[in-house]
Amino acid sequence: MSFFPVSVLRDLRVHVRKPSEVLNPLVFFAVVISLFPLGIGPSPEQLSLVAPGIVWVAALLATLMSMDLLFRSDYEDGSLEQVILSGQSLFVFTLSKVCAHWLIAGLPLVVLMPVAGLALFLDVDEIRTLALSLLLVSPTLSLLGSIGAALTVGLPRGGLLVTILILPLYVPVLILATAMVQAVVNGANVTGYVYWLLAILLLSVALAPLAAAASLRLAADE
Amino acid sequence: MLEWFHRLGSPRTFFEMTSRWHPWLLALTGLVLMGGMIWALLFVPPDYQQGNSVRIMYIHVPAAMLAQSGYLMMAGAAVVFLVWRIKLADMALLAVAPLGASITFLALVTGAIWGKPTWGTWWVWDARLTSTLILFFLYVGVMALRSAMEGRERAGRACAILAIVGLVNLPIIRYSVDWWYTLHQPASFKLMEKPAMPLEMWLPLLVMVIGYYLFFFTIWFMRIRNEILIREQSTEWVRGRVAER
Repeated sequence: MSFFPVSVLRDLRVHVRKPSEVLNPLVFFAVVISLFPLGIGPSPEQLSLVAPGIVWVAALLATLMSMDLLFRSDYEDGSLEQVILSGQSLFVFTLSKVCAHWLIAGLPLVVLMPVAGLALFLDVDEIRTLALSLLLVSPTLSLLGSIGAALTVGLPRGGLLVTILILPLYVPVLILATAMVQAVVNGANVTGYVYWLLAILLLSVALAPLAAAASLRLAADE
Repeated sequence: MLEWFHRLGSPRTFFEMTSRWHPWLLALTGLVLMGGMIWALLFVPPDYQQGNSVRIMYIHVPAAMLAQSGYLMMAGAAVVFLVWRIKLADMALLAVAPLGASITFLALVTGAIWGKPTWGTWWVWDARLTSTLILFFLYVGVMALRSAMEGRERAGRACAILAIVGLVNLPIIRYSVDWWYTLHQPASFKLMEKPAMPLEMWLPLLVMVIGYYLFFFTIWFMRIRNEILIREQSTEWVRGRVAER
């Protein structure tokens, strides 16, 4: 088997054996969502008005909370150095890590999103769009996040730093995704937004692993 | 040309060259800034709509321009450092991040002060304001990463990577935010086009922009020289220089 699927399968196996690390970001997502009605008030009109934004911000934060899953254990147990020494492409390695991360951190959020939408009184059309937008964007979130995770991999308290480094980069997808939900509310066509989000995804697939791979090499040089 | 570039890349040459320039740069900066300020604050006629509050423009617009080109320069230094491994570029990157962040902060604050009399509010979630705010966060990110990392070489290269990532993202952020909401007027200062404002307002603005850039480079070079002295403190020429004093 070639390197990419081997690496993805290995990661999935590692994560399945330590389920708490995978579940924590999802619990975080649920807790953040349930705090908002307490802060804003339980009225359905108000909540459904701000729900897309709430769900999106919670999803961004939850994704960043799971960034430690990407490279940290590989860095600490030396597998990262072995991969570099083996001469495998670090670009492909990064891409495989991101792919596994998306499967265990991004996809569950997409599944969880309808529940959050229902709790915040969104109607079915909006929930469908919300889930579609997250499905399109969550790989981009993992890709951009991998840059921050790789840059901070050797640092003792990298978690907070990752959020500072990466959240500004999430602005475009946040704007486009929430605008897409808004378009559905207004009864407009969303095809344009889908193209935009896909374009950003393709750009991230091409460029983000380059930056992340360079940062990983840097971390392993130490 | 390439040789000149290479020679400039040596910290010592840079130090000596900019030390020679320093008094001239400083004097020129002071002269242009003072001249521009006096012209803008005392002699420009007040705007027929905004009255005297239009004078904030002479502080705000150059800061906003410099905030963006400062990031470009930072990313330029990052590219030079990553590609050619010129140590001086790393020092330039280190020196420019806090400078750019403070200029961006100045642009935000003066924008807020200007917004109060003209729009009636300190802050609006408008495209240009928001993207300047995000630019500020990008600067802060580079500074935070630098201070969190140990090991000068590694921290420098990590910051360089982050600066370039920010540069690639900056246009995307700009366009998405623009498209998200627009209330702010389009850029009022373009070098190549006929200015939309009368000449007697445009000329002092030009002077202020030049003054800001001079100020920026003067401080930047001072900070780089400082960093050179710190990093090269064990070398012969720095010891000699310190002994002279």
